[in-house]
Amino acid sequence: MLLLNASGCLDALVAPDLARQLDGFVTKTITPLSREGNAPPRIAETAHGMLNAIGLANPGRERFLRETLPRLAELDLPIWVSVGGFCADDYAETCAALQGRDEVAAAELNLSCPNVDEAADGAAEIVAACRAVTPLPLYAKLSAAHPDVAAVARAVAAAGADGLSLINTVRGMALDPRTLRPVLARGTGGLSGPGLKPIALATVHACYAATQLPIVGMGGVMTGTDALDLIACGARHVALGTVLFADPDAAVRVRDELERALEELGVAQPDELHASAHSSKKSLEIASKVGA
Amino acid sequence: MPRRERRNVLAVEQVGPYSLLRLDRGGLDPGAPGQFFMLEAPGRLLPRALSLCLAPTGELAFLVDPVGPGTRALCALGAGEAIHVFGPLGHGFRLDVARPLLVGGGIGMAPLPYLADSLRFPPALLGFRSDAHAEAAVLLPGAEVVVEPTLVTELIAPGHDVLACGPEPMLRAVAGLCPGAQLAWEAPMACGYGACYGCAFEIDGILKRLCVEGPVLRAAA
Repeated sequence: MLLLNASGCLDALVAPDLARQLDGFVTKTITPLSREGNAPPRIAETAHGMLNAIGLANPGRERFLRETLPRLAELDLPIWVSVGGFCADDYAETCAALQGRDEVAAAELNLSCPNVDEAADGAAEIVAACRAVTPLPLYAKLSAAHPDVAAVARAVAAAGADGLSLINTVRGMALDPRTLRPVLARGTGGLSGPGLKPIALATVHACYAATQLPIVGMGGVMTGTDALDLIACGARHVALGTVLFADPDAAVRVRDELERALEELGVAQPDELHASAHSSKKSLEIASKVGA
Repeated sequence: MPRRERRNVLAVEQVGPYSLLRLDRGGLDPGAPGQFFMLEAPGRLLPRALSLCLAPTGELAFLVDPVGPGTRALCALGAGEAIHVFGPLGHGFRLDVARPLLVGGGIGMAPLPYLADSLRFPPALLGFRSDAHAEAAVLLPGAEVVVEPTLVTELIAPGHDVLACGPEPMLRAVAGLCPGAQLAWEAPMACGYGACYGCAFEIDGILKRLCVEGPVLRAAA
Protein backbone atom coordinates (compact mmCIF):
# COMPACT_ATOMS: atom_id res chain seq x y z
CA MET A 1 0.00 0.00 0.00
CA LEU A 2 1.22 3.48 -0.88
CA LEU A 3 0.25 6.49 1.20
CA LEU A 4 -0.03 9.52 -1.08
CA ASN A 5 -1.44 13.04 -0.89
CA ALA A 6 -4.59 13.94 -2.77
CA SER A 7 -3.80 16.27 -5.66
CA GLY A 8 -3.93 19.92 -4.64
CA CYS A 9 -3.58 19.23 -0.92
CA LEU A 10 0.19 19.65 -0.51
CA ASP A 11 2.97 21.69 -2.12
CA ALA A 12 6.07 19.51 -1.90
CA LEU A 13 8.34 22.40 -2.81
CA VAL A 14 7.09 24.51 0.10
CA ALA A 15 6.90 21.58 2.55
CA PRO A 16 9.46 18.99 1.36
CA ASP A 17 9.80 17.32 4.77
CA LEU A 18 6.07 16.65 4.87
CA ALA A 19 6.11 15.29 1.32
CA ARG A 20 8.86 12.86 2.34
CA GLN A 21 6.52 11.39 4.95
CA LEU A 22 4.51 10.02 2.00
CA ASP A 23 5.34 7.16 -0.38
CA GLY A 24 4.83 9.41 -3.38
CA PHE A 25 3.81 12.96 -4.18
CA VAL A 26 0.83 13.82 -6.37
CA THR A 27 1.15 17.27 -8.00
CA LYS A 28 -1.51 19.89 -8.35
CA THR A 29 -3.34 19.42 -11.63
CA ILE A 30 -1.34 20.70 -14.59
CA THR A 31 -3.22 22.23 -17.51
CA PRO A 32 -1.73 23.17 -20.91
CA LEU A 33 -1.79 26.90 -20.12
CA SER A 34 -1.13 28.57 -16.76
CA ARG A 35 -4.18 29.30 -14.61
CA GLU A 36 -4.39 31.85 -11.84
CA GLY A 37 -7.39 30.07 -10.36
CA ASN A 38 -10.71 31.44 -9.15
CA ALA A 39 -11.22 34.76 -7.41
CA PRO A 40 -11.20 34.72 -3.59
CA PRO A 41 -12.83 33.77 -1.29
CA ARG A 42 -11.94 30.25 -2.38
CA ILE A 43 -12.49 28.23 0.80
CA ALA A 44 -15.19 27.83 3.42
CA GLU A 45 -15.47 25.54 6.41
CA THR A 46 -18.72 23.60 6.74
CA ALA A 47 -20.19 21.50 9.55
CA HIS A 48 -18.48 18.26 8.48
CA GLY A 49 -15.96 19.36 5.91
CA MET A 50 -14.78 22.25 3.82
CA LEU A 51 -15.46 23.67 0.40
CA ASN A 52 -12.76 24.78 -1.99
CA ALA A 53 -12.99 26.49 -5.34
CA ILE A 54 -9.31 26.97 -6.17
CA GLY A 55 -9.92 26.44 -9.87
CA LEU A 56 -6.81 24.48 -10.91
CA ALA A 57 -4.31 27.26 -10.23
CA ASN A 58 -1.06 26.03 -11.82
CA PRO A 59 1.94 27.33 -13.79
CA GLY A 60 0.94 25.59 -17.02
CA ARG A 61 2.52 22.60 -18.73
CA GLU A 62 5.67 24.18 -20.12
CA ARG A 63 6.73 25.98 -16.96
CA PHE A 64 5.86 22.91 -14.88
CA LEU A 65 8.11 20.73 -17.04
CA ARG A 66 10.91 23.29 -17.18
CA GLU A 67 10.93 24.61 -13.59
CA THR A 68 8.72 22.62 -11.21
CA LEU A 69 9.37 19.02 -12.20
CA PRO A 70 13.20 19.22 -11.97
CA ARG A 71 12.84 20.64 -8.45
CA LEU A 72 10.34 17.93 -7.50
CA ALA A 73 12.80 15.33 -8.82
CA GLU A 74 15.30 16.47 -6.16
CA LEU A 75 12.91 15.17 -3.47
CA ASP A 76 13.78 11.65 -4.62
CA LEU A 77 10.13 10.63 -4.29
CA PRO A 78 7.96 8.96 -6.93
CA ILE A 79 6.04 11.81 -8.56
CA TRP A 80 2.49 11.34 -9.77
CA VAL A 81 1.57 14.13 -12.15
CA SER A 82 -2.07 15.18 -12.05
CA VAL A 83 -3.05 16.02 -15.61
CA GLY A 84 -5.97 18.27 -16.53
CA GLY A 85 -7.41 19.92 -19.59
CA PHE A 86 -10.49 20.82 -21.55
CA CYS A 87 -10.36 18.25 -24.36
CA ALA A 88 -8.71 14.86 -24.95
CA ASP A 89 -5.77 16.40 -26.82
CA ASP A 90 -4.92 18.63 -23.82
CA TYR A 91 -4.49 15.56 -21.63
CA ALA A 92 -2.67 13.51 -24.29
CA GLU A 93 -0.18 16.28 -25.06
CA THR A 94 0.77 16.59 -21.38
CA CYS A 95 1.10 12.81 -21.04
CA ALA A 96 3.32 12.72 -24.13
CA ALA A 97 5.47 15.52 -22.70
CA LEU A 98 6.08 13.44 -19.53
CA GLN A 99 7.89 10.80 -21.61
CA GLY A 100 11.47 10.27 -20.53
CA ARG A 101 11.06 12.00 -17.17
CA ASP A 102 12.20 9.18 -14.90
CA GLU A 103 10.97 10.90 -11.75
CA VAL A 104 7.38 10.57 -12.99
CA ALA A 105 5.87 7.36 -11.61
CA ALA A 106 2.34 7.79 -12.95
CA ALA A 107 -0.12 10.22 -14.48
CA GLU A 108 -3.38 10.83 -12.69
CA LEU A 109 -5.97 12.11 -15.16
CA ASN A 110 -8.19 14.62 -13.38
CA LEU A 111 -11.52 13.93 -15.05
CA SER A 112 -13.60 15.33 -12.22
CA CYS A 113 -12.69 18.82 -10.95
CA PRO A 114 -15.97 20.39 -9.77
CA ASN A 115 -14.53 23.92 -9.96
CA VAL A 116 -13.93 24.38 -13.66
CA ASP A 117 -16.04 23.82 -16.74
CA GLU A 118 -15.87 20.15 -17.63
CA ALA A 119 -13.88 18.76 -20.52
CA ALA A 120 -16.03 18.44 -23.61
CA ASP A 121 -14.75 14.92 -24.29
CA GLY A 122 -15.84 11.87 -22.31
CA ALA A 123 -13.66 10.18 -19.69
CA ALA A 124 -13.03 7.07 -21.82
CA GLU A 125 -12.09 9.16 -24.86
CA ILE A 126 -9.55 11.12 -22.80
CA VAL A 127 -8.05 7.95 -21.31
CA ALA A 128 -7.79 6.35 -24.77
CA ALA A 129 -6.03 9.43 -26.18
CA CYS A 130 -3.49 9.33 -23.33
CA ARG A 131 -3.05 5.55 -23.59
CA ALA A 132 -2.11 5.99 -27.25
CA VAL A 133 0.85 8.24 -26.41
CA THR A 134 2.34 6.92 -23.17
CA PRO A 135 3.28 3.70 -21.41
CA LEU A 136 3.12 5.55 -18.04
CA PRO A 137 0.66 4.09 -15.53
CA LEU A 138 -2.58 6.04 -16.01
CA TYR A 139 -4.94 6.55 -13.08
CA ALA A 140 -8.35 8.02 -13.93
CA LYS A 141 -9.70 10.29 -11.19
CA LEU A 142 -13.46 10.06 -11.33
CA SER A 143 -16.34 11.92 -9.73
CA ALA A 144 -18.68 10.23 -7.29
CA ALA A 145 -21.35 12.64 -8.53
CA HIS A 146 -21.76 10.67 -11.77
CA PRO A 147 -25.08 8.79 -11.66
CA ASP A 148 -23.33 5.53 -12.63
CA VAL A 149 -19.67 5.85 -11.66
CA ALA A 150 -19.15 2.08 -11.97
CA ALA A 151 -20.08 2.33 -15.67
CA VAL A 152 -17.55 5.16 -16.11
CA ALA A 153 -14.96 3.00 -14.33
CA ARG A 154 -15.63 0.12 -16.72
CA ALA A 155 -15.37 2.48 -19.70
CA VAL A 156 -12.02 3.95 -18.64
CA ALA A 157 -10.73 0.44 -17.85
CA ALA A 158 -11.67 -0.64 -21.38
CA ALA A 159 -9.93 2.48 -22.74
CA GLY A 160 -6.67 1.45 -21.09
CA ALA A 161 -6.59 2.98 -17.61
CA ASP A 162 -4.21 1.15 -15.26
CA GLY A 163 -6.01 2.31 -12.14
CA LEU A 164 -8.59 4.62 -10.61
CA SER A 165 -8.32 7.51 -8.16
CA LEU A 166 -11.50 7.79 -6.10
CA ILE A 167 -12.97 10.19 -5.22
CA ASN A 168 -12.69 13.85 -6.10
CA THR A 169 -14.58 16.46 -4.11
CA VAL A 170 -18.34 16.76 -4.55
CA ARG A 171 -19.90 20.07 -5.53
CA GLY A 172 -21.48 21.99 -2.67
CA MET A 173 -22.34 25.47 -1.41
CA ALA A 174 -22.14 27.42 1.84
CA LEU A 175 -23.94 30.66 2.65
CA ASP A 176 -22.75 33.60 4.71
CA PRO A 177 -25.25 33.77 7.62
CA ARG A 178 -25.16 37.59 7.58
CA THR A 179 -25.95 38.05 3.89
CA LEU A 180 -27.46 34.67 2.86
CA ARG A 181 -25.20 34.85 -0.19
CA PRO A 182 -22.65 32.16 -1.16
CA VAL A 183 -19.39 32.43 0.81
CA LEU A 184 -17.29 31.40 -2.19
CA ALA A 185 -16.82 33.92 -4.97
CA ARG A 186 -17.54 31.17 -7.51
CA GLY A 187 -20.75 30.26 -5.68
CA THR A 188 -20.06 26.54 -5.49
CA GLY A 189 -16.98 24.58 -4.47
CA GLY A 190 -15.82 21.03 -3.90
CA LEU A 191 -16.76 19.44 -0.58
CA SER A 192 -13.96 17.54 1.17
CA GLY A 193 -13.28 16.27 4.67
CA PRO A 194 -14.98 13.72 6.93
CA GLY A 195 -18.45 14.28 5.45
CA LEU A 196 -17.18 12.75 2.20
CA LYS A 197 -16.04 9.40 3.60
CA PRO A 198 -19.28 7.37 3.21
CA ILE A 199 -19.49 8.52 -0.43
CA ALA A 200 -15.84 7.53 -0.98
CA LEU A 201 -16.41 4.08 0.52
CA ALA A 202 -19.49 3.43 -1.64
CA THR A 203 -17.70 4.62 -4.79
CA VAL A 204 -14.54 2.60 -4.18
CA HIS A 205 -16.69 -0.43 -3.38
CA ALA A 206 -18.72 -0.08 -6.59
CA CYS A 207 -15.76 0.62 -8.87
CA TYR A 208 -13.66 -2.20 -7.45
CA ALA A 209 -16.53 -4.61 -7.99
CA ALA A 210 -16.90 -3.29 -11.55
CA THR A 211 -13.24 -3.35 -12.63
CA GLN A 212 -10.86 -4.94 -10.06
CA LEU A 213 -8.43 -2.19 -11.10
CA PRO A 214 -5.93 -0.85 -8.53
CA ILE A 215 -7.60 2.06 -6.75
CA VAL A 216 -6.12 5.04 -4.89
CA GLY A 217 -8.83 5.60 -2.30
CA MET A 218 -9.40 9.07 -0.86
CA GLY A 219 -12.17 11.19 0.57
CA GLY A 220 -12.50 12.11 4.23
CA VAL A 221 -9.53 10.09 5.53
CA MET A 222 -8.77 11.54 8.96
CA THR A 223 -7.45 8.41 10.75
CA GLY A 224 -5.83 5.04 10.14
CA THR A 225 -9.23 3.41 10.57
CA ASP A 226 -10.58 5.51 7.70
CA ALA A 227 -7.68 4.30 5.53
CA LEU A 228 -8.43 0.70 6.51
CA ASP A 229 -12.09 1.13 5.54
CA LEU A 230 -11.09 2.29 2.05
CA ILE A 231 -8.72 -0.68 1.70
CA ALA A 232 -11.50 -3.02 2.76
CA CYS A 233 -13.74 -1.50 0.08
CA GLY A 234 -11.12 -2.20 -2.58
CA ALA A 235 -8.48 0.54 -2.46
CA ARG A 236 -4.86 -0.62 -2.98
CA HIS A 237 -3.47 2.76 -1.99
CA VAL A 238 -4.73 5.64 0.14
CA ALA A 239 -4.38 9.41 -0.31
CA LEU A 240 -4.68 12.13 2.31
CA GLY A 241 -6.40 15.39 1.46
CA THR A 242 -8.07 17.85 3.80
CA VAL A 243 -6.55 16.21 6.88
CA LEU A 244 -3.16 17.59 5.77
CA PHE A 245 -4.51 21.13 6.20
CA ALA A 246 -5.50 20.52 9.82
CA ASP A 247 -2.60 18.23 10.70
CA PRO A 248 0.56 18.57 8.58
CA ASP A 249 1.97 15.44 10.25
CA ALA A 250 -1.09 13.36 9.36
CA ALA A 251 0.87 10.91 7.19
CA VAL A 252 2.94 9.66 10.13
CA ARG A 253 -0.08 9.52 12.43
CA VAL A 254 -2.38 7.75 9.93
CA ARG A 255 0.32 5.16 9.19
CA ASP A 256 0.79 4.47 12.93
CA GLU A 257 -2.95 4.23 13.50
CA LEU A 258 -3.33 1.87 10.55
CA GLU A 259 -0.57 -0.35 11.90
CA ARG A 260 -2.28 -0.50 15.30
CA ALA A 261 -5.66 -1.23 13.72
CA LEU A 262 -4.11 -4.10 11.75
CA GLU A 263 -2.41 -5.45 14.88
CA GLU A 264 -5.74 -5.49 16.69
CA LEU A 265 -7.18 -7.52 13.84
CA GLY A 266 -4.17 -9.87 13.87
CA VAL A 267 -3.17 -8.87 10.35
CA ALA A 268 0.39 -8.07 9.26
CA GLN A 269 -0.19 -6.20 6.00
CA PRO A 270 -3.04 -4.00 4.79
CA ASP A 271 -3.10 -6.04 1.57
CA GLU A 272 -4.49 -8.97 3.56
CA LEU A 273 -7.68 -6.98 4.12
CA HIS A 274 -7.85 -5.63 0.58
CA ALA A 275 -11.46 -5.75 -0.65
CA SER A 276 -12.53 -7.69 2.43
CA ALA A 277 -15.83 -5.79 2.39
CA HIS A 278 -16.64 -7.75 -0.79
CA SER A 279 -16.01 -11.17 0.73
CA SER A 280 -18.18 -12.71 3.39
CA LYS A 281 -15.42 -15.29 4.02
CA LYS A 282 -12.78 -12.66 4.82
CA SER A 283 -15.22 -10.74 6.99
CA LEU A 284 -15.98 -13.88 9.01
CA GLU A 285 -12.27 -14.59 9.48
CA ILE A 286 -11.77 -11.10 10.89
CA ALA A 287 -14.79 -11.44 13.14
CA SER A 288 -13.43 -14.68 14.62
CA LYS A 289 -9.97 -13.10 15.19
CA VAL A 290 -11.37 -10.20 17.18
CA GLY A 291 -13.74 -12.51 19.04
CA ALA A 292 -16.93 -11.03 17.63
CA MET B 1 11.37 26.66 12.35
CA PRO B 2 7.66 25.95 12.56
CA ARG B 3 6.62 23.09 14.81
CA ARG B 4 3.29 21.61 15.76
CA GLU B 5 2.75 20.92 19.44
CA ARG B 6 -0.17 20.32 21.76
CA ARG B 7 -0.05 23.18 24.26
CA ASN B 8 -1.92 23.86 27.47
CA VAL B 9 -4.17 26.86 27.98
CA LEU B 10 -2.88 28.93 30.90
CA ALA B 11 -5.72 31.48 30.91
CA VAL B 12 -8.31 33.18 28.73
CA GLU B 13 -8.69 36.83 29.74
CA GLN B 14 -11.42 39.18 28.61
CA VAL B 15 -10.09 42.37 26.95
CA GLY B 16 -13.14 44.41 25.95
CA PRO B 17 -15.09 42.23 23.49
CA TYR B 18 -11.94 40.25 22.66
CA SER B 19 -10.23 37.39 24.52
CA LEU B 20 -6.51 37.06 25.21
CA LEU B 21 -5.72 33.36 24.90
CA ARG B 22 -2.56 32.58 26.85
CA LEU B 23 -0.83 29.30 26.06
CA ASP B 24 2.12 27.48 27.54
CA ARG B 25 4.91 28.02 24.97
CA GLY B 26 6.57 24.59 25.20
CA GLY B 27 9.11 24.12 22.41
CA LEU B 28 7.47 26.59 20.03
CA ASP B 29 9.47 29.52 18.73
CA PRO B 30 7.54 32.82 18.98
CA GLY B 31 8.98 33.87 15.63
CA ALA B 32 9.03 37.43 14.31
CA PRO B 33 6.23 39.93 15.00
CA GLY B 34 3.58 39.59 12.29
CA GLN B 35 4.16 35.88 11.77
CA PHE B 36 1.19 33.69 12.62
CA PHE B 37 0.23 30.34 14.14
CA MET B 38 -2.49 27.86 13.22
CA LEU B 39 -4.53 27.15 16.37
CA GLU B 40 -6.75 24.08 16.63
CA ALA B 41 -10.32 25.27 17.16
CA PRO B 42 -12.05 22.62 19.31
CA GLY B 43 -14.87 20.88 17.46
CA ARG B 44 -13.97 22.39 14.09
CA LEU B 45 -12.26 20.71 11.14
CA LEU B 46 -9.82 23.50 10.32
CA PRO B 47 -7.41 25.42 12.57
CA ARG B 48 -7.55 29.22 12.76
CA ALA B 49 -4.71 31.56 11.74
CA LEU B 50 -3.77 34.04 14.47
CA SER B 51 -0.77 36.33 14.75
CA LEU B 52 1.11 36.38 18.01
CA CYS B 53 0.05 39.25 20.30
CA LEU B 54 2.44 38.89 23.22
CA ALA B 55 5.36 36.60 24.01
CA PRO B 56 6.00 36.72 27.77
CA THR B 57 8.59 34.23 29.03
CA GLY B 58 7.26 30.70 28.61
CA GLU B 59 4.03 31.87 26.97
CA LEU B 60 2.41 32.62 23.64
CA ALA B 61 -0.62 34.93 23.80
CA PHE B 62 -3.19 35.50 21.04
CA LEU B 63 -5.90 38.15 20.84
CA VAL B 64 -9.10 36.54 19.53
CA ASP B 65 -12.26 38.25 18.24
CA PRO B 66 -15.17 35.78 18.64
CA VAL B 67 -16.73 36.34 15.21
CA GLY B 68 -17.46 32.75 14.10
CA PRO B 69 -17.69 29.17 15.38
CA GLY B 70 -13.92 28.63 15.38
CA THR B 71 -12.93 31.82 17.17
CA ARG B 72 -15.83 31.37 19.61
CA ALA B 73 -14.53 27.86 20.41
CA LEU B 74 -11.07 29.32 21.07
CA CYS B 75 -12.50 31.99 23.38
CA ALA B 76 -14.49 29.30 25.24
CA LEU B 77 -11.33 27.35 26.16
CA GLY B 78 -10.51 27.06 29.84
CA ALA B 79 -7.24 26.84 31.75
CA GLY B 80 -5.84 23.31 31.63
CA GLU B 81 -7.37 22.42 28.28
CA ALA B 82 -4.94 21.72 25.42
CA ILE B 83 -4.94 22.50 21.69
CA HIS B 84 -2.58 21.87 18.82
CA VAL B 85 -0.57 24.91 17.77
CA PHE B 86 1.49 25.06 14.55
CA GLY B 87 3.94 27.84 13.77
CA PRO B 88 5.45 30.34 13.47
CA LEU B 89 4.40 30.68 9.82
CA GLY B 90 4.70 33.23 7.03
CA HIS B 91 6.77 36.40 6.84
CA GLY B 92 6.49 38.96 9.64
CA PHE B 93 7.43 42.62 9.87
CA ARG B 94 10.94 43.75 9.02
CA LEU B 95 12.41 45.46 12.05
CA ASP B 96 15.18 47.42 10.31
CA VAL B 97 13.21 50.68 10.24
CA ALA B 98 14.51 54.13 11.24
CA ARG B 99 11.32 55.93 12.39
CA PRO B 100 8.69 53.29 13.11
CA LEU B 101 5.02 54.17 13.60
CA LEU B 102 2.62 51.33 14.44
CA VAL B 103 -0.94 51.65 13.14
CA GLY B 104 -3.70 49.23 14.13
CA GLY B 105 -7.42 48.98 13.47
CA GLY B 106 -9.77 46.86 15.60
CA ILE B 107 -8.66 43.24 16.02
CA GLY B 108 -5.83 44.18 13.65
CA MET B 109 -4.04 45.53 16.69
CA ALA B 110 -3.33 41.88 17.60
CA PRO B 111 0.31 41.68 16.38
CA LEU B 112 1.27 45.19 17.52
CA PRO B 113 2.05 44.62 21.23
CA TYR B 114 4.69 41.99 20.32
CA LEU B 115 5.94 44.24 17.52
CA ALA B 116 6.14 47.24 19.88
CA ASP B 117 8.16 45.18 22.34
CA SER B 118 10.60 44.20 19.57
CA LEU B 119 10.99 47.84 18.43
CA ARG B 120 11.37 49.27 21.98
CA PHE B 121 7.92 50.83 22.08
CA PRO B 122 7.75 53.28 19.17
CA PRO B 123 4.74 55.62 18.75
CA ALA B 124 1.49 53.83 17.94
CA LEU B 125 -2.00 54.73 16.70
CA LEU B 126 -5.00 52.50 17.34
CA GLY B 127 -8.50 52.91 15.94
CA PHE B 128 -11.63 51.12 17.13
CA ARG B 129 -15.29 51.08 16.19
CA SER B 130 -16.53 51.60 19.79
CA ASP B 131 -15.35 52.49 23.28
CA ALA B 132 -15.86 48.85 24.26
CA HIS B 133 -13.52 47.63 21.53
CA ALA B 134 -11.03 50.37 22.48
CA GLU B 135 -10.53 48.67 25.87
CA ALA B 136 -8.08 46.41 24.02
CA ALA B 137 -5.68 49.38 23.81
CA VAL B 138 -4.61 48.43 27.35
CA LEU B 139 -2.37 45.83 25.64
CA LEU B 140 -0.35 48.60 23.97
CA PRO B 141 0.46 51.19 26.66
CA GLY B 142 1.20 54.66 25.32
CA ALA B 143 -0.73 54.26 22.07
CA GLU B 144 -2.87 57.11 20.84
CA VAL B 145 -6.45 55.81 20.56
CA VAL B 146 -9.29 57.02 18.35
CA VAL B 147 -12.83 55.76 18.05
CA GLU B 148 -15.05 56.00 14.95
CA PRO B 149 -16.01 58.28 13.31
CA THR B 150 -12.39 59.41 13.74
CA LEU B 151 -10.08 57.18 11.65
CA VAL B 152 -6.44 56.34 12.40
CA THR B 153 -5.47 57.39 8.90
CA GLU B 154 -6.39 60.99 9.83
CA LEU B 155 -3.61 61.03 12.44
CA ILE B 156 -0.68 59.57 10.52
CA ALA B 157 2.06 62.21 10.40
CA PRO B 158 4.48 62.13 7.46
CA GLY B 159 8.07 60.98 7.77
CA HIS B 160 7.45 57.63 9.47
CA ASP B 161 8.10 54.01 8.56
CA VAL B 162 4.54 52.75 9.00
CA LEU B 163 3.88 49.17 10.13
CA ALA B 164 0.14 48.47 10.08
CA CYS B 165 -2.47 45.80 10.59
CA GLY B 166 -6.23 46.23 10.34
CA PRO B 167 -9.28 45.83 8.15
CA GLU B 168 -8.74 45.87 4.39
CA PRO B 169 -10.15 49.41 3.78
CA MET B 170 -7.81 50.77 6.46
CA LEU B 171 -4.78 49.02 4.96
CA ARG B 172 -5.65 50.26 1.46
CA ALA B 173 -5.92 53.81 2.83
CA VAL B 174 -2.57 53.45 4.63
CA ALA B 175 -0.99 52.12 1.43
CA GLY B 176 -2.21 55.23 -0.40
CA LEU B 177 -0.90 57.60 2.27
CA CYS B 178 2.37 55.84 3.09
CA PRO B 179 4.18 54.28 0.11
CA GLY B 180 6.50 51.49 1.27
CA ALA B 181 4.51 50.87 4.47
CA GLN B 182 4.61 47.33 5.85
CA LEU B 183 1.04 46.00 5.91
CA ALA B 184 -0.17 42.78 7.58
CA TRP B 185 -3.11 41.38 5.56
CA GLU B 186 -5.67 38.68 6.29
CA ALA B 187 -7.32 36.00 4.13
CA PRO B 188 -9.24 32.79 4.88
CA MET B 189 -6.72 29.96 5.31
CA ALA B 190 -7.23 26.22 5.67
CA CYS B 191 -3.60 25.20 6.23
CA GLY B 192 -1.29 28.20 6.76
CA TYR B 193 1.69 26.52 5.08
CA GLY B 194 1.08 26.76 1.35
CA ALA B 195 -0.83 23.52 0.82
CA CYS B 196 -4.43 24.58 0.22
CA TYR B 197 -4.15 27.64 -2.06
CA GLY B 198 -7.16 29.04 -0.21
CA CYS B 199 -5.61 32.36 0.84
CA ALA B 200 -5.24 33.72 -2.70
CA PHE B 201 -4.36 37.40 -2.55
CA GLU B 202 -3.49 39.84 -5.30
CA ILE B 203 0.24 40.59 -5.05
CA ASP B 204 2.04 42.47 -7.85
CA GLY B 205 -1.09 42.12 -9.97
CA ILE B 206 -1.49 38.35 -9.67
CA LEU B 207 -3.05 35.97 -7.18
CA LYS B 208 -0.50 34.45 -4.80
CA ARG B 209 -0.70 32.59 -1.49
CA LEU B 210 -0.76 35.09 1.37
CA CYS B 211 0.48 32.46 3.85
CA VAL B 212 3.68 31.91 1.85
CA GLU B 213 4.32 35.43 0.49
CA GLY B 214 2.91 37.33 3.50
CA PRO B 215 1.01 38.02 5.60
CA VAL B 216 3.16 41.17 5.89
CA LEU B 217 3.65 42.81 2.48
CA ARG B 218 5.21 46.12 1.56
CA ALA B 219 2.92 48.74 -0.02
CA ALA B 220 4.06 49.90 -3.45
CA ALA B 221 6.64 52.67 -3.11
